[in-house]
Amino acid sequence: MDELIGEFLSETSESLDTIDAELVRFEADPTDRSTLDNIFRLLHTIKGTCGFLGLVRLEAVAHAGETLLGKFRDGEMVADSDAVTLVLHSLDRIKEILNGLEETGAEPVGDDRDLIDRLEAMAMGQSAAAPAAEAAAEPTPVEAAPEPEPEAETIQDEAPAEMAEDAEGASAEDTDFDPLLGRELRPGEVSLADLEAAFLAADGPEAGGAEDGVEERVDATAQAETPSTASQPAAAMSAGEAAPGEARQTGARSQSTIRVNVDVLESLMTTVSELVLARNQLHQLSRDNEDSTLKTPLQRLSSVTSELQDGVMKTRMQPVGDAWRKLPRIVRDACQDLGKKIRFVTDGEDTELDRQVLELIKDPLTHMVRNSADHGVELPDVREAAGKPPEGVIKLSAYHEGGAIIIKIADDGKGLDPAKLRDKALEKGLATEEELSRLSEQQIQRFIFAAGFSTAAKVTNLSGRGVGMDVVRTNIEQIGGQIDLHSEVGRGTTFTIKIPLTLAIVSALIVKAGEARFAVPQLSVRELVRVGPGSDQTVESLNGARMIRLREKLLPVIGLHEVLGLDAAQDEALSGYVIVIEAAGRRVGLVVDDVLDTEEIVVKPLSGPLRGLQFYSGATLLGDGAVIMILDPNGVAHQIAHAAEEDEAEADRASKSMLQDQSRQRLLLVRAGGEEPKAVPVSLITRLEEFDCADIEQVDGRYVVQYRGRLLPLAHASGADQFPETGRQAVLVFSEDSQSAGVAVDAILDVAELTLDLQMGSERPGVIGSAIIKDKATEVLDIAWHMERAWAGAPQRSASDRRSILLVEADAFARRMMAPLLAAAGYDVTVASGLHEARDAAQMGAEYAALVGDPGALSKLHEEGFWQDVPRLGVSDDGMIGGLEGLAAVMRRSDRGGLIAAIDAAAQTREAA
Amino acid sequence: MNQETTFEYVTVRIGDQLYGASVSEIREVFSPQGVTEVPGAPAEIAGLLNLRGRIVTAIDARRRLGVEPRSADEPCMALGMEIGQELYGVLVDSVGEVMRLKVDTLEPTPGHLDSQWRAVIKGVHRLEKELLAVLDVRALVTGEPAALAA
Repeated sequence: MDELIGEFLSETSESLDTIDAELVRFEADPTDRSTLDNIFRLLHTIKGTCGFLGLVRLEAVAHAGETLLGKFRDGEMVADSDAVTLVLHSLDRIKEILNGLEETGAEPVGDDRDLIDRLEAMAMGQSAAAPAAEAAAEPTPVEAAPEPEPEAETIQDEAPAEMAEDAEGASAEDTDFDPLLGRELRPGEVSLADLEAAFLAADGPEAGGAEDGVEERVDATAQAETPSTASQPAAAMSAGEAAPGEARQTGARSQSTIRVNVDVLESLMTTVSELVLARNQLHQLSRDNEDSTLKTPLQRLSSVTSELQDGVMKTRMQPVGDAWRKLPRIVRDACQDLGKKIRFVTDGEDTELDRQVLELIKDPLTHMVRNSADHGVELPDVREAAGKPPEGVIKLSAYHEGGAIIIKIADDGKGLDPAKLRDKALEKGLATEEELSRLSEQQIQRFIFAAGFSTAAKVTNLSGRGVGMDVVRTNIEQIGGQIDLHSEVGRGTTFTIKIPLTLAIVSALIVKAGEARFAVPQLSVRELVRVGPGSDQTVESLNGARMIRLREKLLPVIGLHEVLGLDAAQDEALSGYVIVIEAAGRRVGLVVDDVLDTEEIVVKPLSGPLRGLQFYSGATLLGDGAVIMILDPNGVAHQIAHAAEEDEAEADRASKSMLQDQSRQRLLLVRAGGEEPKAVPVSLITRLEEFDCADIEQVDGRYVVQYRGRLLPLAHASGADQFPETGRQAVLVFSEDSQSAGVAVDAILDVAELTLDLQMGSERPGVIGSAIIKDKATEVLDIAWHMERAWAGAPQRSASDRRSILLVEADAFARRMMAPLLAAAGYDVTVASGLHEARDAAQMGAEYAALVGDPGALSKLHEEGFWQDVPRLGVSDDGMIGGLEGLAAVMRRSDRGGLIAAIDAAAQTREAA
Repeated sequence: MNQETTFEYVTVRIGDQLYGASVSEIREVFSPQGVTEVPGAPAEIAGLLNLRGRIVTAIDARRRLGVEPRSADEPCMALGMEIGQELYGVLVDSVGEVMRLKVDTLEPTPGHLDSQWRAVIKGVHRLEKELLAVLDVRALVTGEPAALAA
């Protein structure tokens, strides 16, 4: 292709994008001269260049458009939306022709008469009867514009009538035949002779080409006006801030910028990447050899390399505004098509980012803004009914944060309705009812990012064509970005995109898992937490799901070696660092053995067979020459989130099953006298303490230790009260009322959560029975017995006294609290979560020594005639419920000792009876 | 000797078998060092390595052929090749010599050969002492039959 044409194409497409945006702005405020001047000038430049290059079709269309704009500028016509639509149409036509030109190198064959006629008719509506009459033979020109609004007809009706007088004179003038051009002059065109004269009259250098002569001068004056006139309207228009600046910038740019082929920049970037690598290698070498002579030149090399890197990066930087120049037009068209009123506001279009990234976010941004216009903002009457201004606002903003750019797309529309999304998710089979019931509103709203999810009830011209937010999300995540949303029903939706400034060189943490090293891009790392021995944090596990407590919240964690399927050294003891990463609004922890370094790494793409692996975003060379994999935080987070969700589901199932099976408890596994583990219900334990063995004293034949200013009596869980002379002693502290006692154990092993199914009773004092815990027969300690022993020597009650009682309690928390308490007090507890279960148990013929629980339920059971002669002990928060039939007593829930005593008494009464 | 009538092979050994790889397809022969394993990658991918500042994906020919993997301390060599913009190294046990063989001595791959082998072998030459199986290194790298990979 002709080099000139190539340059023309790239220049023109930029200009056209600008005009699109400017026109929309102009339509919003037709009094804004500076915007109009800008548009006029740009279109004029296009026209001028077309003429110069001999592109006849383009020139004709551009000219017709310019003529119409000229009418606006001269104040002869007021720009209404029809007129602007028409100009936009002509821009589309220009783009069409340009596309053809780009493909074939020549203007495509075609006729633009229809469009030009309409443009001319619009422009001449006031000044020429002849073309109007000519046009009248065809379908009415203005009506041919899509979706005319009522005002359109007004103009059409008024214009000819009003201006009929002038028409004749005007047409006589306009149909002047220009002998030099060899054709009739188009409306608004000046004959070459006139032009020549004007050109000669004009001062030399300003006038560019012969053709530009006259209007260039007009431009010059218009431009001179720009700063003064622009300052007021621009302040009034929130979207307009860039207008005067841009105008000035364009002027400045033309003098101090050159066009450079993108390929040149790309190869420059690659070279710099290699240089960065070489520098890193040198650094490593000098560190290894401790060669001080290298130090100074190396430092210099390092700083120069960094500067060079920054410089090259800058050449690749483009304002993000370039990516959204088309958006005002899109919003405007959406308004026209849908009958909506939307103000499109942008902020921070100067924010710069890598052009490669810019290219990649263009489409997602367009899609999202379209979505906001189409689905977000409501129709004016709907908005008014909702008490909102009829004009909606879509705000697009960008700013830098850390090494990333944040782009927000906010609308004040109807927001995402979680109920609708829920139904949709169900309908699409993306989640089950049960899963949905556990999700927060925000999590449900995030379903719009799920594949194959579109909320539009019908397919419109704009969006809902099957390419949904899932594609947007994928695109953004592909470039290492993140997307999240915040939506309130009736208030609007805000999408937040966070993307790296560049893809080529990223700053990364080098971490170690087992023997392997990996790079984690720092952008996605929220924080580092040290875990394991010697730190405040430990990895805890709940039913196999691991987590850490991070500022009062539980953070799911997973070992990197687990994610990647590396051989785990020891599954149980996770230690090292937790890298807290965030992806798709989820925060998860990744446990690595060590964090070695931070390094600027050059991202190298993976070869074909490895590209499908979701854990990696690339590979890189380290300073020491080793190749390491770059972890893709999104891929890893997905994996963790997936695992965590399963765990969550697991935990949820566990808690659900707990509702049905109340004997499920958390048990602390300890070692005490013998290797086999013993279990203690966690809910009974007040604290875990460790004492220095030297502090354990013997008083009156009992072991005590000073604890919080008092003496804490100790008993050893092994039954044999012997304490080592030195070292540390782990003690489980139990408190009841104001009394405390300590039960010493050899070691604390683990916590297990399971259904406590006592397989065998025990005749041995101090042991309730045995249960299978983690595939091992485990003795369950009778804490009450040990406590009493600590207080007063061996207690009287033995395992053989154990009686069964029924706990009826609807409140899950109360059940969880009481069931182990009663069990520890030596009762076989059957739990009923409601009257149904209690009745079932009664109908099965179950016998109990006492009924304990919700006073209301117990009273009801009495009324219904179940277990008439069994004592009932009501338990409530305040113990004050009176007047209920058939209750032996109502106890306060917090009064454990009293409760146990009362049950003991009641059960004994029954036995005696 | 007339180029058109001969094939030029680099002979390599993988397990007990002698193979030939077409010289025109091989960029270089090098001794692979510091191969970084890629957890989660297909088994035949031995890992990535750094070859003069470029990242090379190492493919283990033994695994591709289903021969028992070589033990960690056994030495190996790599046939370097470039497909598209990407560098690959095919790990073999050892590299022998460059050998010219007449085109008409190439015999088709026996039909009863294991399918894993058939996918990466273009034919067989009968040498004096043993058979030389002609490797389709491209297929070996991409895991696709030659017709598709070409």
